[in-house]
Amino acid sequence: MNVQGTVHKYGDHVDTDVIIPARYLNTPDHKELAAHCMEDIDKDFIHKVKPGDVMVAGVNFGCGSSREHAPIAIKASGVSCVIAATFARIFYRNAINIGLAILECPAASSGISDGDQVSVDFDTGVITNVTKNETYQAEPFPPFIKDMIEKGGLMASLKAGKADK
Amino acid sequence: MGMTQTQKILARHAGLESVRAGQLIQAKLDLVLGNDITTPVAVNEFEAAGFDRVFDKSKIALVMDHFAPNKDIKAAAQCKQCRAFARRFNIDNYFDVGEMGIEHALLPEKGLVAPGEAVIGADSHTCTYGALGAFSTGVGSTDMGAAMAAGETWFKVPSAIKVNLTGSLRPFVSGKDVILTLIGMIGVDGARYQSLEFAGPGVAALSIYDRLTISNMAIEAGAKNGIFPVDDITKAYVEGRVNRPWTAYEADPDAEYERVVDIDLSQVDCTVAYPHLPENAHSAREGADIKIDQIVIGSCTNGQLPDLEAAAAILKGRHLARDVRGIVIPATMNVYRECMKRGLTDIFLDAGCIVSTPTCGPCLGGYMGILAAGERCVSTTNRNFVGRMGHVDSEVYLASPAVAAASGVAGHIAHPEEL
Repeated sequence: MNVQGTVHKYGDHVDTDVIIPARYLNTPDHKELAAHCMEDIDKDFIHKVKPGDVMVAGVNFGCGSSREHAPIAIKASGVSCVIAATFARIFYRNAINIGLAILECPAASSGISDGDQVSVDFDTGVITNVTKNETYQAEPFPPFIKDMIEKGGLMASLKAGKADK
Repeated sequence: MGMTQTQKILARHAGLESVRAGQLIQAKLDLVLGNDITTPVAVNEFEAAGFDRVFDKSKIALVMDHFAPNKDIKAAAQCKQCRAFARRFNIDNYFDVGEMGIEHALLPEKGLVAPGEAVIGADSHTCTYGALGAFSTGVGSTDMGAAMAAGETWFKVPSAIKVNLTGSLRPFVSGKDVILTLIGMIGVDGARYQSLEFAGPGVAALSIYDRLTISNMAIEAGAKNGIFPVDDITKAYVEGRVNRPWTAYEADPDAEYERVVDIDLSQVDCTVAYPHLPENAHSAREGADIKIDQIVIGSCTNGQLPDLEAAAAILKGRHLARDVRGIVIPATMNVYRECMKRGLTDIFLDAGCIVSTPTCGPCLGGYMGILAAGERCVSTTNRNFVGRMGHVDSEVYLASPAVAAASGVAGHIAHPEEL
């Protein structure tokens, strides 16, 4: 699986409150949530994001609240992949569960700039910066998680497991 | 190799003799929690997957606390969806307006969490129950939905940081100051993916409420959970609340810790976390120049009776400074009633505060105390992120109930000793 897109770059400790402010959590609707994605740190994001774009950030991305609305809003905004130096653990788990691709890669986090074109190969973990002609090696998903993603996320894998029994 | 307290609980729930850090396990759950924000997403997932039964109707707790009493039509629809789900599956522990409380204060109060149990909740502050010697951690809605069906979930066994406590707290200093000090020391990702294992002779000097506050904010250091040993203080709290057998797990003497952090409780002073990260710890003595517009006393972090008593002790016979709004929110209906019985409500009203029924409202910028651009609030809540309590140009300063009350009277950040 491969994706390519334009980078939207953010800093360290991007918390789920700025990814989707709580004042919009009165609905589980994916499109409504996407309409307010990143609103409190980047008002323009939702106007400039295009399907397939890539979000890149520093350490501890997705810290704070456990709201699954955060990865849902990012995914529904069209973002194909989030690359960060590190992720907060609940966000990491939520992203996998809902099928938002995420990769931990400190080198990519520091090397990639806002507006760069990057492509990502999820099988190898290789991130290519087309603009700067650089590549970065991320750790591909561990087998346990890859299996879950291949089955279509947590719910689908749970159903598949049930059918096996 | 020995195991930590967390690892022992996880091993038992996975049906394994032992586990090691990094191992992926499938563990049985004793309780699955959700609130009015996270449950609708979980219910949608649960229903889309075609599940037609829950694993155990007595081991699911649904608490309408975030935007309840309903703040608007959409919030009302979310609570309605939760209520319908609870009735459809006969969920024993569904708490709505009138009997609800803020989830992480309510569940321990009702005896729904016991030492040694494994709990997940679709709320990041589910880590609160570590104070009782339980393993508990926050997850997302899909995990909650799946767990309501399966009664188990997967975990990566966390490595650990030992927090060695010595000494005892000075007057006016509380569990909130301890956890803000710790987060200031190790940072907001200092315990990322790890467990915080509290230990040492200082544990015995901390009340169960101090411990609940400390475990509650383990997530603000990035931790998976924050757990305390089970001692006589724990037993005194759960006695009469928990009416099922439970097990106390102790860390092995040779348990492995990636790091040991020492905190002498007698050296901890009243602490304030400045915007916009909980790690920005400052002494409450250096904030005289920071004028404030509002104080909030409550939340899952600091809405228990001793928290409100600490605030009332400061506010008694005093009044909020001009142009400071005071919002006091007892965390459960029981705490609300006790405040009235014990005269705390009168003290708050005489001081110029309002006293609300339980809600998470202002903590996450939902309602009941939203800030305008440029406004500042000293709050006993747990997060001070950009826009957390309202406008992106507003500011939240995290502190204990005593510091929030003293600051409300002074009109600026103040140490209770300054009054």
